[in-house]
Amino acid sequence: MAMLELENLRVSFPSAEGPVDVVKGISLSLGRERLGIVGESGSGKSLTGRAILKLINRPGVMHADRLEFDGIDLLSQSERQMRHLRGARLSMVMQDPKFSLHPVMRVGDQIAEALRCHERLRRRDVKARVIEMLEKVRINEPEAVARLYPHQISGGMGQRVMIAMMLIPKPDLLIADEPTSALDVSVQATVLDLIDSLVTDNGMGLMLISHDLNLVARYCDRILVMNAGEVVEECAAGQLQQATHPYTQGLLAAVPQMVEDRDELPVLDRSRWSGT
Amino acid sequence: MNALTLEGVNIAYGHTQVVHDVSFSVASGESFALVGESGSGKSTVLKAIAALATGWSGSIEVAGKPRSREHDKAFARQCQMVFQDPYGSLHPRKTIDTILAEPLQVHGLGNRNTRILDMLNAVGLDKRYRFRFPHQLSGGQRQRVAIARALMLEPSIMLLDEPTSALDVSVQAEILNLLKRLRAEQNLTYLMVSHNLPVVGFMCERMAVMQQGRIVEICDTAALRTGEFTSGYTQELYAASGGAG
Ligand SMILES: Nc1ncnc2c1ncn2[C@@H]1O[C@H](COP(=O)(O)OP(=O)(O)OP(=O)(O)O)[C@@H](O)[C@H]1O
Ligand SMILES: Nc1ncnc2c1ncn2[C@@H]1O[C@H](COP(=O)(O)OP(=O)(O)OP(=O)(O)O)[C@@H](O)[C@H]1O
Ligand SMILES: [Mg+2]
Ligand SMILES: [Mg+2]
Repeated sequence: MAMLELENLRVSFPSAEGPVDVVKGISLSLGRERLGIVGESGSGKSLTGRAILKLINRPGVMHADRLEFDGIDLLSQSERQMRHLRGARLSMVMQDPKFSLHPVMRVGDQIAEALRCHERLRRRDVKARVIEMLEKVRINEPEAVARLYPHQISGGMGQRVMIAMMLIPKPDLLIADEPTSALDVSVQATVLDLIDSLVTDNGMGLMLISHDLNLVARYCDRILVMNAGEVVEECAAGQLQQATHPYTQGLLAAVPQMVEDRDELPVLDRSRWSGT
Repeated sequence: MNALTLEGVNIAYGHTQVVHDVSFSVASGESFALVGESGSGKSTVLKAIAALATGWSGSIEVAGKPRSREHDKAFARQCQMVFQDPYGSLHPRKTIDTILAEPLQVHGLGNRNTRILDMLNAVGLDKRYRFRFPHQLSGGQRQRVAIARALMLEPSIMLLDEPTSALDVSVQAEILNLLKRLRAEQNLTYLMVSHNLPVVGFMCERMAVMQQGRIVEICDTAALRTGEFTSGYTQELYAASGGAG
């Protein structure tokens, strides 16, 4: 059986016209592999990721016929049990890293806390592990950066701090929501290789949500394409360029190229698909 | 005339200097990119121009006039910034409508209803989002609100900090086309930070490459076609982006 089994996930929000589904019956299973999720803004990628961790806030409501992680029925877990799982075995790198970090706590202390939830270590060892992790995500002068507050670090540093925090407990499943969107390509490659090594060496399962089609094609095994709360296409990562669904083809055509001769980029004809 | 001229600019937060001796100029109507290492000081340069980072020395001129270190109203009409972090820059308890109406109010501009609807349309947001709060929108939808807010005052200079890095490629294409069209129609000047070299090639004529607080190279973006760069760091970035392949 796969590590994660999700059947018929729905997420809805109330509106003046009654509840509106923004995730409309998604099913997926994930093993110790790299699953990429792409799709237009607002298509429900982040909410799908959050729902797997049962992190849908009111007034949002989630429903699934089945949500199982490593044989555990997550739907019947209490919030307290979920919190325990989230600290140790299930991790999510949020799309807004600097917003998700605690604003008045030094970033080094936040990473240390994530580690302490998971392992009992001596103070000195904790500090060494935190610095080591910051180095792994290519933060220059990690000792100095560990003492900074979130508002004192750059966008890309915030993203890397969040990744360090989520990887340090060595989770079994990582949901990474646009984890490298603020990173320059060179640092991005290092960070993705680090995540990748946890998949290959520790058998971690990875769900990588990204709008970067090339990146997903390069780093994942399998790709799901989402539109308006539904999965419209699934393919092997190497086959993305041959995608058949017109929506996926539309996305591919919209990617600017290094040698670009188009004066205007093609845009999707949204009237062909229902919006969210 | 130059829209922006920076000469020998050093910028510090408290006692820590993070930007060293930065000089470049952007002609009126030009689109200029800042690219480079994460943490190298790109956002900081934009913040100094926008008077949000005040610990600088050297010279910054906007449209031929020395930049003051204080916030002034006339400057806001002339120059607007789109922030890298869309969530942090939108007030959490204000609706999209209020966020977009505020700059109009402050500057006493009328016709607010039409202007807001036109702008939502221009950035590709359905009008049903108008009375929502930022947390009720997806990441990319929030970024479009941030871009819309900056455009409300019809500024002549836009400081764009990773304006499309939170957007999927289809919305990115719409926003880039929009920015390009506005620039052509209204002769806008852009100073844009991006780590996406193809986006830089599409949008900008020239670029400065930063590493560890310094500019290591300034070149035409036409060089992206051939990969002929003088600095080793730029070559590394280019290769990591997949080169011209
Ligand atoms: N609290 C909320 N109330 C109402 N609608 C919401 C709320 N949160 C999200 N939505 C809507 O749900 C839809 C899906 O949101 P989600 O954040 O999952 O999109 P996404 O695919 O991650 O998009 P992006 O690429 O822009 O981050 C969006 O249309 C959004 O406006
Ligand atoms: N408010 C602040 N106080 C102290 N240091 C700061 C502050 N803001 C930024 N810094 C530091 O200044 C340096 C440059 O940050 P900046 O945000 O300009 O980088 P950047 O090039 O925009 O990076 P990114 O691509 O990751 O957004 C970083 O080392 C950062 O830690
Ligand atoms: Mg999202
Ligand atoms: Mg920045």
